[in-house]
Amino acid sequence: MKLTLKIWRQKNSESKGQMVSYEIDNISPDMSFLEMLDVLNARLILEDDDPISFDHDCREGICGSCSLFINGQAHGPDRRITTCQLHMRKFKDGDTIYVEPFRAKAFPVIKDLVIDRSAFDRIQHSGGYISVNTSGNTQDANSIPINKEDADNAFDAATCIGCGACVATCKNSSAMLFVGAKISQYSLLPQGKTEASRRVLNMVNQMDLEGFGNCSNTGACEVECPKGISLDNIARMNRELLKASLKK
Amino acid sequence: MPKKKLTYSLNYRRPKSEYSPDDELTICIRYYHKCNQTKKTKIIKKSTGVRCMLKDWNSDWHKNSDRSPVKSSDPFHKKKNNILKKKVKDFDIQHLYSNVENESSSNYLKSNLPKGSIDLKWTNHKNTINLVSPANKRNIDIIVVGTGLAGGSACATLAELGYNVKAFCFQDSPRRAHSIAAQGGINAAKNYQGDGDSVYRLFYDTVKGGDYRSREENVYRLAEVSANIIDQCVAQGVPFARDYGGLLDNRSFGGVLVSRTFYAKGQTGQQLLLGAYSAMNRQIARGKIKMYNRHEMLDVVIVDGKARGIITRNLINGELERHSAHAVVLATGGYGNVFYLSTNAMGSNVTAAWKAHRRGAFFANPCFTQIHPTCIPVSGDHQSKLTLMSESLRNDGRIWVPKKLEDVNAIRNGSKKPTEISEEDRDYFLERRYPAFGNLVPRDVASRAAKERCDAGFGVNKTGEAVYLDFASSILRYGKEQARIKGEDENNNELIKKFGKEIIRKKYGNLFQMYEKIVDQNPYETPMMIYPAVHYTMGGIWVDYNLMTTIPGLYAIGEANFSDHGANRLGASALMQGLADGYFVLPYTIGDYLSDEISTGPIANDTKEFMLAEKEARDKLDMLVNNKGTKSVDYFHKRLGKIMWNKCGMARNKKDLQSAIAEISKLRKEFWSEVKVPGSQFEFNEELAKAGRVADFLELGELFAKDALNREESCGGHFREEYQTKEGEATRKKEFQFVSAWEYVGEPKNAILHKEKLDYKNIEVKERSYK
Ligand SMILES: Cc1cc2nc3c(=O)[nH]c(=O)nc-3n(C[C@H](O)[C@H](O)[C@H](O)COP(=O)(O)OP(=O)(O)OC[C@H]3O[C@@H](n4cnc5c(N)ncnc54)[C@H](O)[C@@H]3O)c2cc1C
Ligand code: SF4
Ligand code: FES
Repeated sequence: MKLTLKIWRQKNSESKGQMVSYEIDNISPDMSFLEMLDVLNARLILEDDDPISFDHDCREGICGSCSLFINGQAHGPDRRITTCQLHMRKFKDGDTIYVEPFRAKAFPVIKDLVIDRSAFDRIQHSGGYISVNTSGNTQDANSIPINKEDADNAFDAATCIGCGACVATCKNSSAMLFVGAKISQYSLLPQGKTEASRRVLNMVNQMDLEGFGNCSNTGACEVECPKGISLDNIARMNRELLKASLKK
Repeated sequence: MPKKKLTYSLNYRRPKSEYSPDDELTICIRYYHKCNQTKKTKIIKKSTGVRCMLKDWNSDWHKNSDRSPVKSSDPFHKKKNNILKKKVKDFDIQHLYSNVENESSSNYLKSNLPKGSIDLKWTNHKNTINLVSPANKRNIDIIVVGTGLAGGSACATLAELGYNVKAFCFQDSPRRAHSIAAQGGINAAKNYQGDGDSVYRLFYDTVKGGDYRSREENVYRLAEVSANIIDQCVAQGVPFARDYGGLLDNRSFGGVLVSRTFYAKGQTGQQLLLGAYSAMNRQIARGKIKMYNRHEMLDVVIVDGKARGIITRNLINGELERHSAHAVVLATGGYGNVFYLSTNAMGSNVTAAWKAHRRGAFFANPCFTQIHPTCIPVSGDHQSKLTLMSESLRNDGRIWVPKKLEDVNAIRNGSKKPTEISEEDRDYFLERRYPAFGNLVPRDVASRAAKERCDAGFGVNKTGEAVYLDFASSILRYGKEQARIKGEDENNNELIKKFGKEIIRKKYGNLFQMYEKIVDQNPYETPMMIYPAVHYTMGGIWVDYNLMTTIPGLYAIGEANFSDHGANRLGASALMQGLADGYFVLPYTIGDYLSDEISTGPIANDTKEFMLAEKEARDKLDMLVNNKGTKSVDYFHKRLGKIMWNKCGMARNKKDLQSAIAEISKLRKEFWSEVKVPGSQFEFNEELAKAGRVADFLELGELFAKDALNREESCGGHFREEYQTKEGEATRKKEFQFVSAWEYVGEPKNAILHKEKLDYKNIEVKERSYK
C-alpha cells in the first residue's frame, strides 16, 4: 500500500506545532498502525530527520500508553480497540491519513504525539483506592460473597486502561467516563462502600481542578472508548455524587 | 582446619592452544583447600580483575624469589603485582572457612537460609530478624525502581510501614508497567475448590515444575504466603471472577492437577496491578511515596560497598539526576526482549539489572528462559512484538496438527480448511504423548512438542511455524451443558454452538478479540494458529533468602530476580511471586538490613561516587548521540534477536552456543562504531533510550549464551540437543543441580561462575514426568 501521512510535529511543550506530510510506500495490510510508523521512523532516522515520537508499550491494547487521534477519531476508525491494535487492513491504497495527539487542555503535548496525562494520576491520588493496609491481616477472601452480577459489572468498569480517548473525543474534554468507571468499580463492591462519599467528592473535585470540562451527555466517549466503558458508569457516579452531597 | 594454599593462575576461557601471546587474560587467585569431611581437594577461584598479555605472564613465578606473576615486559607490571599482592592479603579466608563445612553453598553466596523445619522457617525467620522501630522508619529512605506488581506492591507496603519511598518507572504512569499485560491468572493455595490443594502441594508443583532448579526454602515461603495475596487483593477491591454463589472462581493451569488459579477474565494482571497502583496512590496522597514517572535508571551507586542510590535520566527533558537512599530495590522485570521479538512490552529491558551486575551483583541462571507455547505466530519482517494467547486457553482448547503431510500442504496452499480435516486425520500430539496432563503439560514441554511437529514438516501456516489451538469440541461440550440447563434441545446443533460460544466468550472474550484483530480470522469458527515465543525469564539477579543481592543494601524482587521458578515457571506463578515479594516478603526482610542504618542520617547525593557514576552515564550517552554511524538501533536489536532465537532458543547445542558468543561479541563492537542515534541528549529522545537498552542487551546476550554453554544438561526451558533421551525428552544431570551465579569481570564471556548447590530435603528429586 502507498499512503500519505499528515502528522502533527511539535518539538516540545513550548514550541508551536504543525502538520507535516510524509509519503510512504510498501505498507503491508498485516502491519499494525504503529508498525507502519516504525517503518516511517526507520526511514527518517537514516535520512537524518527527527523520528516521530509517540507513546506505546504493550502493543496489545492493555497498557493504555498509545494515544493517537487518527482521521479525527481517537484510536482510529476501528471500534473497541486501541491505536496499537489498529491494523493497516482498515485503510486503502492511496489513502491520506491524519495523525494527531489526543488533545485536551489537561493533556499538554510533550513532543509530537506524546502527551502528558498525569492529570489522570492525580485524580486517582485524590481517592482512587480503598483504604486498607497491605499487611495481609485481613479477612478471608471468601468471607463476603459478592453477587456475580455486581462483581461482573465492577470488573467491566475496572477494565478502563486510562488512555484518555474519552477526553480527547469529548467536545468539552470531560473526564467523566474515566472517573465514573473508577467510582463505579468501588461503589459496586462492598469493600468500597465505607469511603464512598469522600471518594466521589474528592475525585470529582480534583477532576475539576485539572481543567477537564463538563459532561453534556452526548455519549461520544462511550463510542470511542476502546474498552467499551458504558455511560451507565457516569450515571452511577452522578448518583453517588448526589448521595454524597446530600450527606454533606 | 582444612589445609589451604593460595596461588595465582591465568583464566583461560578457551583451550590454551587457541591463545596467541598477545591475547589478554585475567589473573585469578586460586585457593585450594582440603575439606575435613570429604578429604577432596577443592579449588576455588577468585578473579582479581587484573589483566595481562600471555607473553607478559611469568609461568614460573612461584619458583622465583619475588613471587610476582606479571613480568617486567608489561609496562604496568609493578602496579599490577601490587594489586595482586594486596588481593591475596585481603582474600577472605575466614569467610571461606565458615562455609567449607557446608558443601551445599558456594563460598561467595550466602543464601542466609533460616534453620528449622521447612514449614516453620519463614515464621522463625520473621521472629528473629531485626526490626526498625516506627519512629526510626521515618528517617529512612528507600528507592524502588519499577512499579509493576513487585515494585508497586513493595512501594505501597514500605510506605505504609513508615519508610520514605522514592519510586521510579519509565512509563508515564505506574499503572502502565508490563505486569498490566498478564492475562490468565494468579495461583494461591486456598483450596476453595476442595480438590486437595495445600501449601505443600503448591510448593511441590512449583519445585517440580521448575525442574528441581529452585531453592526449596524460597518456594515454600511463596506457597505459604500465596493465600494471603488473594485476601489482600479482594480487600483492595480487585474484581476477581466469581461464581453464581458469589464466591471466587478458579481455573487450572499447566503442570498441576488442581484448580488454584484466581482470575479476572483475561485481564488478571491488569486488575492486580491496578490494585497495587491504588495502594500506591493512597501513599502518594499521604506524601509517603514520591513518584518519578518517565524516569529511566541508568546506574546504581555504591558507596563503601553498599548500594546508596541511583542515577536516572528524566525522559522528558533528558536531564541526569542523582537520587540517594539507604537501600535500593530493583523491581524492573525480565529481560525477554534480548530476543527482540517476545511477548514483553516494547520498553521492557535489562538495563537496571545489568548495571547492577556490572557493579557487583551476581547474575543467576541467565539462560533459563521461558518460551511460551501459545503465542500468535510471526507474520512478517515488520513484526515489532509477539502477542500471547493465555495459557488458560489450554483449559478448553486442544492442540493439533494434521497427521498427513498432504493435508498440511493443502492447508498451506489454501485448498483445504482446518475444519475440513476429519477427527481421525488429526494428531492431538500433546494428548498423544502426555496422556496424564494432555494439553495442560507445562510450558517448556508443550513448546518443544510444537517445535518437534513443525520441524518434522507439519506446521500449518505459510512459514511452517504454527500449530492449531481448537475450541470446537469445548464449544459443543459447553453448548450441550447449557442446553440441558436451559431445557433446550440438546441435538439442535446451531443452538448448541450458539450457547457454547457464549460461554467461551465469557471466559476468554478479550483474548479472542485480540486474536481476531491481529490475524483477521474468527477463532470462534476456525481454530487459532499458535507458535511458541519468548515470554518470561526465570533467570535474574541472584538474591539470598532476604531477597538481597550480593551488593549489601541492593534488593531484587519480581521477575528481576532468579529466586523461585528454577528452570521453568508454572503458569500464573509470576504474579503470585511478584506480589508475594512486594507485599509480604521484602518489607520485612529489608528491616534486617536497615536496622543498622537508623543512625546513618540522610545520604548525600553529591559525593564522589555519585558524581563519578553520573559522569560515566553522561559519557555513554554522549558517545551514543555523537556516534556518526549509519544503522538504526533496531537494526542491531533485530540482529541480536536472530542470533538469540536461532542459537539460544528452544534447542541449543555446543557448537551454536560457541558461535553465538563470538557473534554477539562482534555485533557489540559493530554497534558501538556503527549505530546512529538521532537528536540530542537533552530532549525527549526515544531512540536514545532504546540505544542504551540495546547496548546492555548486547552484553547480557553473551552471558546468556555462556551460561547455556556451561550447563551441560537439559532441564526446564534449557534444552541441550546433546542431552536428550531417545524419545526427545530432557536429560537432567545430578551434577548440575546448582544455581549458576555469574560475577562480572569485564567482557561477559569472561564472567566467573559461582555455584549455589541446591539441596532437596523435603521433596524427592525425580525424573520429571507428565506422561
Ligand atoms: C503477555 C504476558 C502475559 C502474562 N500472563 C501471566 C499470567 O497470567 N500469570 C502470571 O503469573 N504471569 C504472567 N506473566 C508474567 C508476569 O506478567 C510478569 O512476570 C510480571 O508481571 C513481572 O512483574 P514485575 O513487577 O517483576 O515487573 P514488570 O511488571 O515488568 O515491571 C517492571 C517495572 O520496572 C520499570 N523499569 C524497568 N526498567 C527500568 C529502568 N531501567 N528504569 C526505571 N524503571 C524501569 C518499568 O517501568 C516497570 O514499572 C505474563 C507475561 C506476559 C508478557
Ligand atoms: S474510559 Fe475508556 S476511553 Fe476513557 S480512559 Fe478509560 S478506557 Fe480510555
Ligand atoms: S501500546 Fe499498550 S495499549 Fe496500545
